[in-house]
Amino acid sequence: MDRRELIARLNEILKEALINISEMPNNDILIEINKDEITSVMKTLKEGPSLKFDSLLNHLGADCKEGFAVIYNLYSFTLNQKITVKAYLGREAPEIASIESVFRGINWFERETFDMLGIRFTGHSNLKRLLLPPDWEGHPLRKDYVYPDEYHGIDNKRRSNFR
Amino acid sequence: MKAYGKREAAITDKFSTQEMVLSMGPHHPSTHGVLRLILQTDGEMIVNVTPDVGFLHRGLEKIAEMVPYQSFMPFTDRIDYLSSLNCNLGYAITVERLAGIEVPEKAEYLRVIGAELTRMASHFVGAGALLLDLGAVTPFVHALRERETYNTLIEMLCGARLTHNYVRVGGVSHDLPSGFREEALKFVDHIEHEFIKEFNDLISFNSILINRLKDVGVISREQAIEYTLTGPNLRGSGVKYDTRRDDTYSIYDRFDFDIPAGRGKFGTVGDCYDRYWVRIEEITQSCRIIRQALNQMPENGEVRTKLPKVLKVQEGEIYVRTESPRGQLGFYLMSNGGTRPDRLKIKTGSFSAMTIIELISQGVMVADLVAIIGSLDIVAPEIDR
Repeated sequence: MDRRELIARLNEILKEALINISEMPNNDILIEINKDEITSVMKTLKEGPSLKFDSLLNHLGADCKEGFAVIYNLYSFTLNQKITVKAYLGREAPEIASIESVFRGINWFERETFDMLGIRFTGHSNLKRLLLPPDWEGHPLRKDYVYPDEYHGIDNKRRSNFR
Repeated sequence: MKAYGKREAAITDKFSTQEMVLSMGPHHPSTHGVLRLILQTDGEMIVNVTPDVGFLHRGLEKIAEMVPYQSFMPFTDRIDYLSSLNCNLGYAITVERLAGIEVPEKAEYLRVIGAELTRMASHFVGAGALLLDLGAVTPFVHALRERETYNTLIEMLCGARLTHNYVRVGGVSHDLPSGFREEALKFVDHIEHEFIKEFNDLISFNSILINRLKDVGVISREQAIEYTLTGPNLRGSGVKYDTRRDDTYSIYDRFDFDIPAGRGKFGTVGDCYDRYWVRIEEITQSCRIIRQALNQMPENGEVRTKLPKVLKVQEGEIYVRTESPRGQLGFYLMSNGGTRPDRLKIKTGSFSAMTIIELISQGVMVADLVAIIGSLDIVAPEIDR
């Protein structure tokens, strides 16, 4: 199945959940979906007939100024095709369903996104900070992040050694 | 009760085991780098493992949003210090593909030669450190001796021995010096025909090592895919998938090489020995690629495309995967048309390899956990970035 056929097929299968589907550089397909349908879309992509996107390559969140986006890169060993699934979230209290029930390997990825961007994943089994200390304030990858001056008495300001 | 019963009770009381929580790391000889595992143990058996990461978090993804595209290159060295050239390459290809930059022919060959040399050196350390953790000190020293030659070769190319910063957006930093080709061919021949045999005779077929590694930490094909394992860890579970061949980049489609996969050499498919053996076989395949590249490389030519000092990349998004020694190295780049990335996500092989430890270490001995960590070839800075 080549890329054109796959786009047509995805259009047919995902109908209502779909916002837009387009080609992406590097032989990729960008699928923008409704955020409420994330679990069912992922389930269809993973288990759907003749799709079998069973490998989750990557997950990330991004701050797009007017809101947030969560992105999932999937790959199918049977089709040798990759797709990028994208869902948009609002600026205030961003929240989306966790897809842990579909891809078990997403656990740490979602924790990292929560840590860095403050996006909450409902239904996640252990949504705690992953890389930063538990008492860290704020989410660094947000565009409006304000750098703290100190952390537990450790100075965060960069000073020149040559004065 | 009789006196006998009392004494027996006292003995069982003294030697009875109870669940205990142990902290392994952050500074532990067998956790490569600063990495902490919280073990719940019952005697010597592990009940549960909770990895605690983030000690080496340097905020590379945030730094990427602050510096121009080309200036981020030295930071990619620090993603994985054992294979910095592969990280350079992955980032360069990501930017080039989004910006539509062509790379000169000779630069492509130099990139492949550098990347494959680094893959070999990284596997020397990966395999050597696993053996060191298991108590075999000598093979580690042998592997590091060969890595020294690699360091000298790379130093000839770019002047640096650890963090190379060799690949540039649109090419490489330097042309190869005179004498490099001969030295590299000599090194490759030595590795393929002498060193690998010597190393295998020394340790790979040692029955103590085989007994320590076989049937330990078995990851099935389905589990490996479910937990997004990549690279040698995925291939160790019997999945013949290599980004270099199946989603080719640079000029890897011009070379003839095999993709080794685990097939249960001494035990079950996907055990620690299979992952170890895949790495040893990959060293030989890298030798084959380097030899072909050295022979095909054009004598003369540019090694760098002329680009503006501050690069502007068109608006768009791209996800590019490359094969680093520790698995797929993916860069998701979002550009808003400016001089700096809007968002750069770095997906590394060790990150997903770390998530599976929790699953496969339940019910193993503490000493086997050391073998599992070593066989997954985890490098801590790659997890935290």
